[in-house]
Amino acid sequence: MCLGIPGEVIEFLPDQPDLARVDVSGVRRVINVGLLEDDKLEPGDWVLIHVGFALSKIDEAEAAAALQFLEGIGQAYEDELAALAESRIE
Amino acid sequence: MKFVDEFRDADKAHALAARITALCEPGRQYKLMEVCGGHTHTIYKHGLEDYLPEQVTLVHGPGCPVCVIPMGRVDDAMALASDPDVIMTSFGDMMRVPGSNGSFFDAKARGTDIRMVYSPLDSLKIARQNPDKRVVFMAIGFETTAPSTAMTVLRAAAEGLPNFSVFCNHVTIIPAIKAILDSPDLRLDGFIGPGHVSTVIGCRPYEFIARDYGKPVVVAGFEPLDILQSIYMLMLQLSKGTSTVENQYSRVVPWDGNPVALRAIGQTMELRPYFEWRGLGFISHSALAVREEYARFDAERLFSVPGVRVADPKACQCGEVLKGVLKPWECKVFGTACTPETPIGTCMVSPEGACAAYYNYGRLTRQRVREASPS
Amino acid sequence: MTRGHLDSPGVAAGTPPDGGVPAPPDGAPASAGWVERALREHDEQVQGETARFERHGSPQPLPGTVREELVLERIDRARRARPRVKEDRITMSHGAGGKATQTLIEAVFLDTFRNPLLEPLEDAARLHVNGARVALTTDSYVVSPLFFPGGDIGDLAVNGTVNDLSMAGAVPLYLSAGFILEEGFPVADLTRIVASMQAAAVAAGVQVVTGDTKVVQKGKADGCYINTAGVGVIEHSLDLGVARARPGDVVLVSGPIGDHGVTIMLARGELDIEADICSDTAPLNGLVASLLAAVPGVRALRDATRGGVATILNEIAVAAGVGVIVTEGDIPVRAEVRGASELLGIDPMYVACEGRLVAVVSPEDADGALAALRAHPQGTGAAAIGTITAQPPGIVQLKTAFGGTRIVDLLVGDPLPRIC
Repeated sequence: MCLGIPGEVIEFLPDQPDLARVDVSGVRRVINVGLLEDDKLEPGDWVLIHVGFALSKIDEAEAAAALQFLEGIGQAYEDELAALAESRIE
Repeated sequence: MKFVDEFRDADKAHALAARITALCEPGRQYKLMEVCGGHTHTIYKHGLEDYLPEQVTLVHGPGCPVCVIPMGRVDDAMALASDPDVIMTSFGDMMRVPGSNGSFFDAKARGTDIRMVYSPLDSLKIARQNPDKRVVFMAIGFETTAPSTAMTVLRAAAEGLPNFSVFCNHVTIIPAIKAILDSPDLRLDGFIGPGHVSTVIGCRPYEFIARDYGKPVVVAGFEPLDILQSIYMLMLQLSKGTSTVENQYSRVVPWDGNPVALRAIGQTMELRPYFEWRGLGFISHSALAVREEYARFDAERLFSVPGVRVADPKACQCGEVLKGVLKPWECKVFGTACTPETPIGTCMVSPEGACAAYYNYGRLTRQRVREASPS
Repeated sequence: MTRGHLDSPGVAAGTPPDGGVPAPPDGAPASAGWVERALREHDEQVQGETARFERHGSPQPLPGTVREELVLERIDRARRARPRVKEDRITMSHGAGGKATQTLIEAVFLDTFRNPLLEPLEDAARLHVNGARVALTTDSYVVSPLFFPGGDIGDLAVNGTVNDLSMAGAVPLYLSAGFILEEGFPVADLTRIVASMQAAAVAAGVQVVTGDTKVVQKGKADGCYINTAGVGVIEHSLDLGVARARPGDVVLVSGPIGDHGVTIMLARGELDIEADICSDTAPLNGLVASLLAAVPGVRALRDATRGGVATILNEIAVAAGVGVIVTEGDIPVRAEVRGASELLGIDPMYVACEGRLVAVVSPEDADGALAALRAHPQGTGAAAIGTITAQPPGIVQLKTAFGGTRIVDLLVGDPLPRIC
């Protein structure tokens, strides 16, 4: 549920390993990345932000795959319409 | 905005909608429940239902953690806040939830020190800045938010903060889904699974839905294309007669969830034997409380809360709306006695509540005729 | 007590343990008085409705579509009903510019002061004084923090007043400035504020010609409150007003929305968000003069302050009894404002601006109006965002970037950040 927004990790706070500065469309905020201690975050990684915490690291490969599927859908749209029209003819 | 805009493309939406339509068997009605309030919000905000064929109905489930808090618990929170030594901190969503004597907002007007925060960590800052006051954080949310509360408690413990505690109202999603599945007056074909809860608990907890109840589940993201794609994936399963759990939101949701988050919750919290859900009654093992070891951060142990039960008003049909049996406009008091300005039931309180969402966004969405009957 | 699924990652919690669970409490629960009252009112209303319907003779149960229609009609009737303030205390919602503010204004102020000059409830009153058309407005400034990126309470006060006069198509001339100062407020801050006001006044071509000063005890007045009044002359013969919008008209906005409100939210420092956003506070009289000189067919002008653009669109729809349809993709919003809004879970449509206007113009003049706005420094980001329609009256709709449609209703109070 709950509002989670993707943001890019800019840098970690030098004396506080749990905290990182993230960027969301030009807006910056310090968030707690303690929940991702197993993920070995680096600047440039994207994370899902919720109430000041990073909940999950965004898997760019999966994102690309998801977009590819959607691209495929878009390109096949015209064919799909044609197929739909054909299948309605009895 | 990266990872957001790409999933809001209208052309791809048309393509998905065409595929969904193509999968509809003639004469068959499909009822899909989106459990999560955030999904309801997206559906209305982007006018998603305009894309769906008439045969596919989206039913709004109980996934709004603010919506399900009973009036009695809100009264308890207000009692806590009214203590002159207490500064209560809360998310914005809670500010307008009505108790027996108004909401946090109204209490603020009467002089109660209630402050809105964006993160539970902000409460720690307020506690440090106000050593002579006791800060109580109103913790709400499903498993999405529980880890943040847990980490905040752990941080407070590490710092030895003496004046911070949590009034814990976290609820868990699985018992609510089960209550719906076991409901005799409901017939659903599939579930759009909660996206952000799943980043914490993973996808395995939904397997019982597919295995024992034979309903497919697709864990979905929050952009409009995510939801449309998830509906398409559900329709594909229904057309093949399969029922499995799939993860559409794989760019964010790991199949096994977040072990660090689960450990943090497990360390600081435990399941209550039962908890009352607005409109759904008592559900066992459906909510979290602070563990004994962290008692010094548990507002329920530190303060005495009245604990009075306040009934759902007889005319309030939130329960049926939450279960997806009624559409918002079918509730007898929708739009008149119960409005966003004067919300009776919590379905109207939070913008995610099915009724508020419909009132604010959906009134003129469809020109087409929809039948009222739930089956 | 069992630990449940939350301890073991990935373990299904589908079947919570049965048996051995302590029973929930028994006994009759309490109920809330205000709910009972609201329900009684509702029942009376429904009885009346049923009686009316039965007179038309319809004993069978109604099909769903008709029931949904009835409910929608009921909502619309409730909206049209005479406004009443239900609360017994003022809350922050009453000051937010949304529904609660409107209800307060209509039920308390308009109802008591009722006179034809007040009723239009435009940004400024239009008066005839010895044959001249004069515009009069008043405003109070209570912003906190007093100093923020892009300005301070001082230039806000001058620009805001100048803008209210400009929306009537008046040439702003003279301002008054009343100060309510808190005991302990630094004189240096006051000096800074007054210097801002003078700079803003010079930029707008107005003068502060009278004023007042009061001091209140520590704890009141948040440092400094400013009240202003403004007077201007209306030199054209146009009758600007939101009630004049007609189907076919075009809705324009003079630049990106939401800058001021988001700046203030971030400047309060509670949200720990850093961004390069600053307030858009600016005098709009020059922009308005350019616009009115360029095209004759301007129906209405409103500056988008508290309540944001969404509130103005609703005011147009209700005052003129028309529909408004705007297209999400056409509404200019800065990337940072969008980012901050997404982060907080608020909608820029409802966020205050302080240097933006919404204009309703006749369709023939739309292109000319847009060009005139864009040619002026205050209007470089101007855009056409929507149109006025005949149906459905009183309703504002948004065509989403995604292609669907949704209603843009008035909020009750301020947009509150959401987590869910």
